[in-house]
Amino acid sequence: MAIDQTGPPSCHLTSSCLRTSGASSHLQSEDESFNVSETTHDGAVAVNSPPSPDDKLSPAELAAKYGLTVSGARPGLRQYVRELWARRHFILAFSQAKLHAQYSQAKLGQVWQVLTPLLNATVFFFIFGVLLGGRGGMENDEYIPFLVTGVFVWTFTQQSVMSGVRAIAGNLGLVRALHFPRASLPISFSLQQLQQLLYSMIVLAVILIGFQHYPSGLWPLIVPVLALQFVFNTGLALIMARLGSKTPDLAQLMPFVLRTWMYASGVMFPLEYMLRKQDIPEWLTDVVAGNPATVYMELMRYALIDGPHHQHIGGHVWLLAVGWAVVVGIGGFVFFWKAEERYGRG
Amino acid sequence: MAVAEKSTQAETSGAALPPAATGPRVPTVIAEDLHIVYRVNGGARGKGSATAALNRMIRRSADKGVREVHAVKGVSFTAYRGEAIGLIGSNGSGKSTLLKAIAGLIPAERGKVYTNGQPSLLGVNAALMNDLTGERNVILGGLAMGMTREQIRERYEGIVAFSGINEKGDFITLPMRTYSSGMSARLRFSIAAAKDHDVLMIDEALATGDKKFQKRSEGRIRELRKEAGSVFLVSHNNKSIRDTCDRVLWLEHGVLRMDGMTDEVLKAYEKFTGK
Repeated sequence: MAIDQTGPPSCHLTSSCLRTSGASSHLQSEDESFNVSETTHDGAVAVNSPPSPDDKLSPAELAAKYGLTVSGARPGLRQYVRELWARRHFILAFSQAKLHAQYSQAKLGQVWQVLTPLLNATVFFFIFGVLLGGRGGMENDEYIPFLVTGVFVWTFTQQSVMSGVRAIAGNLGLVRALHFPRASLPISFSLQQLQQLLYSMIVLAVILIGFQHYPSGLWPLIVPVLALQFVFNTGLALIMARLGSKTPDLAQLMPFVLRTWMYASGVMFPLEYMLRKQDIPEWLTDVVAGNPATVYMELMRYALIDGPHHQHIGGHVWLLAVGWAVVVGIGGFVFFWKAEERYGRG
Repeated sequence: MAVAEKSTQAETSGAALPPAATGPRVPTVIAEDLHIVYRVNGGARGKGSATAALNRMIRRSADKGVREVHAVKGVSFTAYRGEAIGLIGSNGSGKSTLLKAIAGLIPAERGKVYTNGQPSLLGVNAALMNDLTGERNVILGGLAMGMTREQIRERYEGIVAFSGINEKGDFITLPMRTYSSGMSARLRFSIAAAKDHDVLMIDEALATGDKKFQKRSEGRIRELRKEAGSVFLVSHNNKSIRDTCDRVLWLEHGVLRMDGMTDEVLKAYEKFTGK
């Protein structure tokens, strides 16, 4: 919202400013009366004005007459998007501040941005790569990049959902103190996760090169993939934010849902290989393989990893990626906007 | 405005006249039979244990663990352009809730609030983060209030100087968690007061800081009042209400108990509180 509030020039207490409220001197213009003190001083006697015609109006009629609007009403969708755009600097600054504040008490500080995902990947490597043998025939030099990519991409979606659930419920103070399009919060949180992922991508690049997956012509593909995933995550965060504002219990439930989703998406094992091992109907395999987390992960691996298991990818995967982003992104935004005026009730 | 500038006079002569005594009045805020209800999860009566919660769920008792707090009960009033309105009442009488409802921050259960433009609450605390430096908080707080980056850059020096944070060394570049409570309160007020407001609402902002800072912030509020259409001020300090307001609303248990000129209402209120 632009707040360049241009009031009329204020009159600085000159005597002409103080109204001598004779019936003849009633100011007509709204602007002129803007700054006129309702009080008189130095013993000036105020003359009662004739009863105002406004007295007979009901509050609603009075409001309509002077162009007053209902406070806190939901703006139209177009207007909402415009307001949101006007707050883009706040959204960005808020996400950066959150990211920065996250590790500011730790001794290593921002190093944890990179260390946390790396430690995660290490744990998964020992469990799935070494102990459970879920690598589906991949050698270390292909499996490790496969695993790390999966973990990072998955973390992006997972954290967006988790912070989405708490976006409104956990920031009620902010919602109740200041005016801004509430969608700023979930969007800001998934933007925070995107920035976190960009740090992780640096680690990923180092690992890839360490295992001799050198930058290829496919690497730039990560930009559209990340953009699509970001839109999808934001839509999902918006949906979760509205649900979470009504039912804070979701914050307790979501870790289980997300863990199920993670195991069903093949974050640390090749999904198709695992599904084929079991006796699972073909259609179910397709459904599982079409879930958004798998789709974005597969695309990212295709773009980055240069191994026998990542040589080509079907066009339908790209279609799915775009489809999920559009449907969940727009759907989530509209879904969130529908309850705009109700956030803050707690 | 005049009342504030000549506060001593206003105090002694009781010069504030009821707004009804003057010319064509343009309403800026209209509240019509406003009810605000908070719903509190987990505030249910009885034991807060898991078995008690389960028991409630199984027996499907009416409260379901949600308690309702009826904070504002049917308040109606009209505020006019140029008025400074004080809100008084004991703790928990619904003053702050009423302000937030006027600002459109808490949805009304019943009734409506009509406003001219966007009323803003002088409260930026919630947007600030203790782990960030004062410097970044100034920027973040400004953006949260809807200022543009240029406006913040323009006013940055002014905000820091007003807060007096740097008077005892370069504190603005330290995280806010290292500030004393007085220092962070001063910075918060300075950030909040940096913006121009249409309908301005101030919630106990004058209670912060030392004497010197209180003087300075009262002056700033007078300036803000000059620029704003209407000002609402919540305070437990009757003197600052008397100095700045010409009309007072007295809330008690969420009900509007009295609405009138400052002296009249304050007299009744002081009698009520036994002062």
